[in-house]
Amino acid sequence: MTENTKLIQGRTGAWEIVMGLEIHAQVASNAKLFSGAAVGFGAGPNEQVSLIDAGFPGMLPTLNKYCVEQAVKSGLGLRAQINLKSQFDRKNYFYPDLPTGYQISQLYHPIVGEGVVEVEAEDGSFFNVGIERLHLEQDAGKLIHDLSPTESYVDLNRAGTALMEIVSRPDIRTPEEAVAYVKKIRTILIYLGTCDGDMEKGNLRADVNVSVCREGNYDRFKETGDFSFLGTRCEIKNVNSFRFISQAIQYEARRQIEILEDGGSIIQETRLYDATVGETRSMRSKEEAQDYRYFPDPDLLPLVLEQAWINEIKASLPELPDDKRRRFMSEYGLSQYDAGVLISEQAKAEYFEAAAKGRDAKLVSNWVTNEVSARLAADSKDFSDNPLPAAHVAQLVELIETNVISSKIAKEVFDHVWNGEGSPAEVVEKHGLKQVTDTGAIEKAVDEIIAANPDKAAAVAEKPQAIGWFVGQVMKATGGKANPAAVNDILKAKLGL
Amino acid sequence: MTDLTKLTLADAVDGLKAKTFSSEELTQAFLTNIEAANPTLNAYIELTADKALGQARASDARLAKGEGGALEGAPLGVKDLFCTEGVQTTAASNMLRGFVPPYESTVTANLWRDGAVMLGKLNMDEFAMGSANETSAFGPVKNPWKAKGSNAELTPGGSSGGSASAVASDLCLAATASDTGGSIRQPAAFTGTVGIKPTYGRASRFGMVAFASSLDQAGPITKTVKDAALLLKSMCSFDAKDSTSLDVPTPDWTQSVGQSVKGLRIGVPAEYLIDGMSEEIKALWEQGVAWLKAAGCEIVEISLPHTKYALPTYYIVAPAEASSNLARYDGMRFGHRAEDFSSLDDLYAASRAEGFGKEVQRRLTIGAYVLSAGFYDAYYVKALKVRRRIAEDFDNVWGKVDAILTPSTPSAAFAIGDKQIDPLTMYLNDVFTVTTNLAGLPGISVPAGLNSEGLPLGLQVIGKALDEATVFQVAGALEDAAGYVAKPDRWW
Amino acid sequence: MAIDAATVRKVAHLARIKTPEDRLEPLAQELNGILQWIEQLDEVDVQGVEPMTSNVSQPLRLRDDVVTDGDKVADVLSNAPKSADGFFVVPKVVE
Repeated sequence: MTENTKLIQGRTGAWEIVMGLEIHAQVASNAKLFSGAAVGFGAGPNEQVSLIDAGFPGMLPTLNKYCVEQAVKSGLGLRAQINLKSQFDRKNYFYPDLPTGYQISQLYHPIVGEGVVEVEAEDGSFFNVGIERLHLEQDAGKLIHDLSPTESYVDLNRAGTALMEIVSRPDIRTPEEAVAYVKKIRTILIYLGTCDGDMEKGNLRADVNVSVCREGNYDRFKETGDFSFLGTRCEIKNVNSFRFISQAIQYEARRQIEILEDGGSIIQETRLYDATVGETRSMRSKEEAQDYRYFPDPDLLPLVLEQAWINEIKASLPELPDDKRRRFMSEYGLSQYDAGVLISEQAKAEYFEAAAKGRDAKLVSNWVTNEVSARLAADSKDFSDNPLPAAHVAQLVELIETNVISSKIAKEVFDHVWNGEGSPAEVVEKHGLKQVTDTGAIEKAVDEIIAANPDKAAAVAEKPQAIGWFVGQVMKATGGKANPAAVNDILKAKLGL
Repeated sequence: MTDLTKLTLADAVDGLKAKTFSSEELTQAFLTNIEAANPTLNAYIELTADKALGQARASDARLAKGEGGALEGAPLGVKDLFCTEGVQTTAASNMLRGFVPPYESTVTANLWRDGAVMLGKLNMDEFAMGSANETSAFGPVKNPWKAKGSNAELTPGGSSGGSASAVASDLCLAATASDTGGSIRQPAAFTGTVGIKPTYGRASRFGMVAFASSLDQAGPITKTVKDAALLLKSMCSFDAKDSTSLDVPTPDWTQSVGQSVKGLRIGVPAEYLIDGMSEEIKALWEQGVAWLKAAGCEIVEISLPHTKYALPTYYIVAPAEASSNLARYDGMRFGHRAEDFSSLDDLYAASRAEGFGKEVQRRLTIGAYVLSAGFYDAYYVKALKVRRRIAEDFDNVWGKVDAILTPSTPSAAFAIGDKQIDPLTMYLNDVFTVTTNLAGLPGISVPAGLNSEGLPLGLQVIGKALDEATVFQVAGALEDAAGYVAKPDRWW
Repeated sequence: MAIDAATVRKVAHLARIKTPEDRLEPLAQELNGILQWIEQLDEVDVQGVEPMTSNVSQPLRLRDDVVTDGDKVADVLSNAPKSADGFFVVPKVVE
């Protein structure tokens, strides 16, 4: 039973964690959701701000078509319902990073409705996470606290940037599942090109709703749909790395269990994960209940989409990760694991396919997921800025396949190629790494070794595995270039095996 | 030479084109009038004399070359709700005292495109919330009209009281105004001027300080129906910067003024005959019906059954939208910031308490309440449903009538301070006008006569959406029939 | 649904309008008067009626994703009560 791994033992019994995630993904657009100011990173303070973003009197929003298209695309990628009619609502609250005093969002009628995402767990099994909705909304500005001891500085460059908020059902049960889910969403969005997924820049971040309940209550909730079986949830805001997501959840679940086991109760609140101490803490010190007074934005009319446009977008969708994984398995005969590793990054998958054409796909996959990935990681690069042409990997594998070089020598060849010494064929030529298939040369080496080690040669007759020692010696003598199969054959003949 | 300031907008434009007088002369005449009158009438918050004379000279140069737009050289007043680049825009609120927009509203930009001259910014109720111009942080505007034998100072109505008072007292040829529940038509009725609120979406809201976004519309206050047609055409345009702007051509409505109304079907809604309506208003309405009948109209009795619910609906929808629209006035990026505060929350609350007047605070509080958790459905959603009922009332009669005739207001102008005791009494001023805001329809107020005290009264013509043409046609006929020429005696 | 002083305090806080304690009760009465009057809407049968959020029945227009605005720090800060180094400056915000 996989269920057991989802339990946390407390002092008074077993608990289950239940989580729903809200992922905020910044739309990779040129301009903001409701203004023509640029979206970007690294501009000077308030340089990417229009008077609309700054909420000046009489300023009005107009909707960016590209952002709508990206939301639709993302919805299709999440296999979700696209709503032909949606509406923007205002979420009212006061904060210095919110210039108009309201955030334009979509509460009552989101652009994307229900969907489902298939996520691969660490053990290779799959679990489904229900998507409740995806809606478009504005990001807020940024407060800078360290420029003055007594004042905060406000930069509105980010204010008004388009975000897609993807809200999941409470279908996530462990910190690992939460991380796998966020990774999956991130991969899908990157595949679609709707969000660059850059978590360091905050372009993708998650709010995690965590609650705990007694063992078995989650199943009861699933059967009945009755939320009272679940515990009171706390929302951990803006967690922006996979590691922090996992840590924050673990801390928060423990915290809640301890409170409940001490006879206390959980207060529904917003919490912040402080990575420096590894703890979550309450964001709002006061008792103040948030009352956002959502209502339809009277400056914006209902957003009406035409089915024909959605069909067009659908037709233009790239192959999605799930489909690619299935195709890699059927078309290239790869294992689920290998295919999964390759498709986890779109550029990696493309790289693999470029190298695998006409080659031994399993071999190409190994080279891509092992050597190439390791070198890139060591150089802090990824497949999108990979300096090594896929053709080089293809050639390298071809050289192995055609017995020009051995797998062992291939590693050496790869080193040279990675260092920019040319194509694998050039490297083999230049360094004389061609495999020795000339049986005469091999026979000569074999004869010499047998002659020098008569006792060992005699022992092989009784213990055939000992041939390995001879293979090693021959390879050593030929500088590793001897064709291992030929060495084996000749040794067997000469040793009378 | 005749007093240039008494000219109608249309006549002034013709005179300028004919070079009978220059824009500079005309502008100077108005500036002189304003300087003399404004300390008493308080119609202008700010006079932009230098800008006006500069624009006037530029207009004269264009006119000399035989060039120029439809309003070339015509000095106008601008309600202080329209953002004007480089010129203080306050919405008559302490919150925005000293606020200088680095941008121009689309409506005023259209006027300057057509060659108009800006004399200054006109007083109004704070954030357009009021019906007597008493909520202005710059003091009340006075009506140039006084009741016969009385020295009591009267309100010009609101919220476009400055616009109405300035037009009635010849402090500008015409003025821009705005109407959320009756803020153009009620002051027009109180001052013997013409005011039209066009179909929602005709005039861009870009750069106009928002009160209630789904109801706000700009429109002119003028001396004649033809002037209204002329100025409205210039104010209206399709504007991609306003998502609610209608992408439709703006007709030349001056062509409709003076056209025969023979055969037009005029609806008279039973529900506008409200309890306690004065005999004078009733008589005026009957007179209007008689005039149109005489002009060849067919009079049709109609029913708009949800009329009585329009005001309470309005007093949910407008404050709700306002509570959100005015959230941006927090003293963080512009506007008033309190000096004494104990926390960030306190800074917000103190800045807003100091910056907003009492009526604005009252409406923001109501607005926050009707949107708050637990009341949203009971109040706000309910009001939006009733709003649809009110709009459907109109839809249901358009097959039978071409326009509707009603009184503009339930009374003539009242004394300043008269209705301050109870906000509800004040709210009743909009009872006849607010329905068209809720339904998005055009409505015009035309001066139709004087009451027994010698104060002007107005009749309202309501038309179908985008059918301002018929509204102007009927309004022109009423203006003709009424032969209204009265002007207030100068006491200021 | 009568409003009491506590409700006025809560709503005034939501609207961020500082209201002295002695104003709460009179305000409550005033608002009650207005709300009572508003409650006549309960007489209207709105069964099955779609809420009317706008007078405009056209769908929302969409604009192209081009940068047409921004790069106007001076304008953005031109009316700021306090600014420094291109930023708006506000009292210390504690998160």
